[in-house]
Amino acid sequence: MITLTDVRKHYSSEVAIGPVSVILPAGGITALVGPNGAGKSTLLTMIGRLLGTDAGTIEVGGHDVAKTPSRDLAKLLAVLRQENHVVARLTVRQLVGFGRFPHSKGRLTAADEAHISDAIDFLGLTDLEGRYLDELSGGQRQRAYVAMVLAQDTDYVLLDEPLNNLDMKHAVDTMRHLRRAATELGKTIVIVLHDINFAGHYADHICAVKGGAVVRSGPPAEIMTDAVLTEIFDTPVRVIDGPDGPLAVYYRGD
Amino acid sequence: MAELAGTARPTRTAHALPTRRARRRYALTVGILAVTAIAITVVLLAWDNPMPFGSAGFLRIAELRTTGVIVMAVVACCQGVGTVAFQTVTENRILTPSIMGFEALYVAVQTTAVYVLGTAGVLALQGVGQFLLQVALMVGFALLLYGWLLSGRRGDLQVTLLVGIVIGGGLGSVSAFMQRLLTPSEFDVLSARLFGSVSNADAALLPVAVPLAAVALVLLWSRSRRLNVVALGRDAATALGLRHRRELILTLTLVSVLMAVSTALVGPLTFLGFLVATLAYQFAGTADHRYVFPVVALTGFVVLAGAYVVMKHVFDAQGVVSIIIEFVGGAVFLLILLRKGRL
Repeated sequence: MITLTDVRKHYSSEVAIGPVSVILPAGGITALVGPNGAGKSTLLTMIGRLLGTDAGTIEVGGHDVAKTPSRDLAKLLAVLRQENHVVARLTVRQLVGFGRFPHSKGRLTAADEAHISDAIDFLGLTDLEGRYLDELSGGQRQRAYVAMVLAQDTDYVLLDEPLNNLDMKHAVDTMRHLRRAATELGKTIVIVLHDINFAGHYADHICAVKGGAVVRSGPPAEIMTDAVLTEIFDTPVRVIDGPDGPLAVYYRGD
Repeated sequence: MAELAGTARPTRTAHALPTRRARRRYALTVGILAVTAIAITVVLLAWDNPMPFGSAGFLRIAELRTTGVIVMAVVACCQGVGTVAFQTVTENRILTPSIMGFEALYVAVQTTAVYVLGTAGVLALQGVGQFLLQVALMVGFALLLYGWLLSGRRGDLQVTLLVGIVIGGGLGSVSAFMQRLLTPSEFDVLSARLFGSVSNADAALLPVAVPLAAVALVLLWSRSRRLNVVALGRDAATALGLRHRRELILTLTLVSVLMAVSTALVGPLTFLGFLVATLAYQFAGTADHRYVFPVVALTGFVVLAGAYVVMKHVFDAQGVVSIIIEFVGGAVFLLILLRKGRL
């Protein structure tokens, strides 16, 4: 369970986040959705202690992220930001290997290698594992980073728009993989999603952020309605019955 | 790591040198560099030795020349390892730690001494005490800068670097102004100190310089695995449980010790670190610091001592190595860039 209590972050008098108080349930996938600049990524990076809060507390699995030593947190939660760039020349497998750092401090054991192989296979990167990151497409690189985060083998996984740069097939594959990781391995996955329909289909819980505050939080069935989505995204949205559940349609904008 | 020799399928490993071929290539590279380094050392000690080979006089002369070799080894390790570590924590492959104002500070100290004391000023700066003072001054300057700019809530590396460059530029122009006011003979004496030159170094400094450099080198080496993670960037390193800012300040402090020792010993060698770091990444074939550090130290020695041999025996201009390093080094650098299209 991830608990945010009165969390605030100030950038300027006009731009501020919070106070946010919300509970993200343990287990399953929680999707953070909302318009641009709503504060989804900021919230996620604060939960992942990559960004400090100005006030309030954040607890992940009962551990205060501001007080727990970072190396202990690294075994509890893994976090991936949207923009990732590595200057060093690494192969996919070497990058994924860094996910084991919290456990083995860089001295990879056979068990670590097995975890790395699992994560690579899980994301369908087996044939690419010897390639250098600068030889990959944006989408392939994105998957390599997700594999690194999965290799970290933590109960909590935080991902900031992991579907960026991915084509349909790989976006769907990645979400299916994450769904499996949540269901089969019992992980808690918090994910910032741009596409409301991915959130509606794969998430167990949707948390809508707008103007630096959590405006709605609940199961997809509660969020995927005309009124709620129109209010969250400030543009007319109609929810129709698709073949696999509700579908938000918003392309016409009137 | 699990090594299954003889099996058809290669073992899957995230090791820095994953295949047998990569390991062989690395071993070969280190071997060639080591042999070249030894060959150059032999040339330095034995070439042009007026006494018959093996005689007591021969050994005596070789012994005297050992100082120069040790100085070059210390400088090569300091500049090479220091630059690689610096480029890692700054996530930038075209920076060199000398831009952080170390060299400008050195130039300012030397110039001020000559400005105030005349030609005697150069002599006033020689000696173990003065050496330590200069090192302390440079490290202190770096610590102040990092401590002030990186420990704040909004500690920003890019701003720190920029401030370092600006302060370096300021010190440089103050030095240039003082140099304009010197008499030609004073300026002549001073300019000899401002070229990076092995003959600047004094044997009496080595008992202090070597341990100082060795401690910093061993500490950096022992942190290689952490540096590998730091190279992933602030967010990824934090996510993997490193206290990024602490690593940053610690590494920069060690780098400043290395750069201060090297600069106080032989003077400014702006380009050497950058050149050998660039070459070492190419030679090592991996980004893992445990493998890059030995290669960069050896490459540094080969480049520095090689330049010294050329200057001494071809151009008969002893010691002033920075000229040839910058000329040949620049050419090699451009060649690599054009051929490979990346750093």
